[in-house]
Amino acid sequence: MLDRREMMMRAGMAALATGFGSFRALALDSMTLPIDNGERPLVKYPQKRPMIGLTQRPPQLETPFSVFNDGAITPNNAFFVRYHLADVPLNIDPDKFTLEIKGKVDHPIKQLPAVELVAVNQCSGNSRGFSNPRVAGGQLGNGAMGNARWRGVPLKTVLDKAGVQQGAKQVTFNGMDGPVSDKTPDFVKALDVDHARDGEVLLAYGMNGEDLPVLNGFPLRLVVPGYYGTYWVKHLNEISVIDSVFDGFWMKSAYRIPDTPCGCIEPGTAPKATIPINRFTVRSFITNVTDGARLKPGGTTLKGIAFDGGKGIKDVAVSIDGGMSWTPAKLGKDLGKYSFREWKLPVKLAAGKHELKVRATNNAGDIQPMDPFWNPPGYLRNVVETVRVTAA
Amino acid sequence: MTRCALLALFLTLPVITGVAPGPANAAPVSYKLPDETAAFKPGPNLELVQNNCTACHSADYVNTQPRGPKFKKDFWQAEVTKMIKVYGAPIDDSDVGKIVDYLAATY
Repeated sequence: MLDRREMMMRAGMAALATGFGSFRALALDSMTLPIDNGERPLVKYPQKRPMIGLTQRPPQLETPFSVFNDGAITPNNAFFVRYHLADVPLNIDPDKFTLEIKGKVDHPIKQLPAVELVAVNQCSGNSRGFSNPRVAGGQLGNGAMGNARWRGVPLKTVLDKAGVQQGAKQVTFNGMDGPVSDKTPDFVKALDVDHARDGEVLLAYGMNGEDLPVLNGFPLRLVVPGYYGTYWVKHLNEISVIDSVFDGFWMKSAYRIPDTPCGCIEPGTAPKATIPINRFTVRSFITNVTDGARLKPGGTTLKGIAFDGGKGIKDVAVSIDGGMSWTPAKLGKDLGKYSFREWKLPVKLAAGKHELKVRATNNAGDIQPMDPFWNPPGYLRNVVETVRVTAA
Repeated sequence: MTRCALLALFLTLPVITGVAPGPANAAPVSYKLPDETAAFKPGPNLELVQNNCTACHSADYVNTQPRGPKFKKDFWQAEVTKMIKVYGAPIDDSDVGKIVDYLAATY
């Protein structure tokens, strides 16, 4: 935490540092998201391959979309990064790291057995840049999502050992990252106590067989399968069991969706009531053909990924005629109901223009909408994606 | 009654390229973020904007926002108000209008 004088000094230094360099001075290259004002630098950070740079401080990095064509698991060095507050912990000593579990609990805890789970983490603001009308916030393409094999201790195990007391209502989670000003609300999130004890929420220290990358929460982060990334608190070092509904800014005011069945409202209007954002909507993507691509006429195999908030993917259908007719795709290996599910489908493309579409349905019967839903924060986007190609 | 439980986690050696681990097991990890290069566009009151905004975030937060006729004074007034009311940005009342003018005129 810095006082105002230090903040001003830091601001002055930033101004000095930026005064002589262009925006892309240290960028490797740039790319352009298919949105207005979509030019982004490709940037290189330690432990990461070149990523789409959204913001530098606090760091926000988007995964280049081609990564999702390489397999169901997103490599650690390509996994997206999203911080809210600029005091990011950059010096972490695992020997001295402790996790404090406090509040309405009874007992201390020692070492615990680990489990593994494959789960998608998706930023609430993933795809916000495609909102129409556009809305303020991080202007992301579709790359603020990733799928990893997480290793850690079930939160239930820890809470049961700690002995949650009668009357407990919620559990709050705080990480080592914090605000620059003590006037800025610290990033703290909450889950209902039954959700926290469902056995699937993890205290994760491993990611795809390695330690968590620093910018993905080293040495410990919360994994909340099926829920948006806002709950996946990084650098987790404080868990508190409380007997009330947590009313911190990041639950009470931020990360809220309209309290309607679709989480959406008439574009450009304001919601009457809101609730905390929760499970992912069902989504699917074509990953091996990009919008505007030219292909050879004839046979080609389309492939991609689908996922949802934890019911599991039931089927994926593909259209090569703009949505008039649909053909079921073949689903790939099932890595669990919280994972990306790969799909593929051989198609024949006659010479000419084609609108390729992909639409997933989950095991609860939830299906992607043909037209996009809208809400003021630009959350929950899951419209059927369209890729326009020309066979020639 | 509130009691505390401290859970010590036994973590493996962070062998990480580009990060500076010490020689011993579970050595402290030291991470270096790249130098900041994002800059505000030239415009009226630029210095004031740099001094007030870059304490908490880099200029690309502004540079990447939507553009066009619907994203002028009202949009930026709402953003600056959010920074003050929600995030506690210590911006003097007399500077608010100048910052909004810069943002509406430059972006």
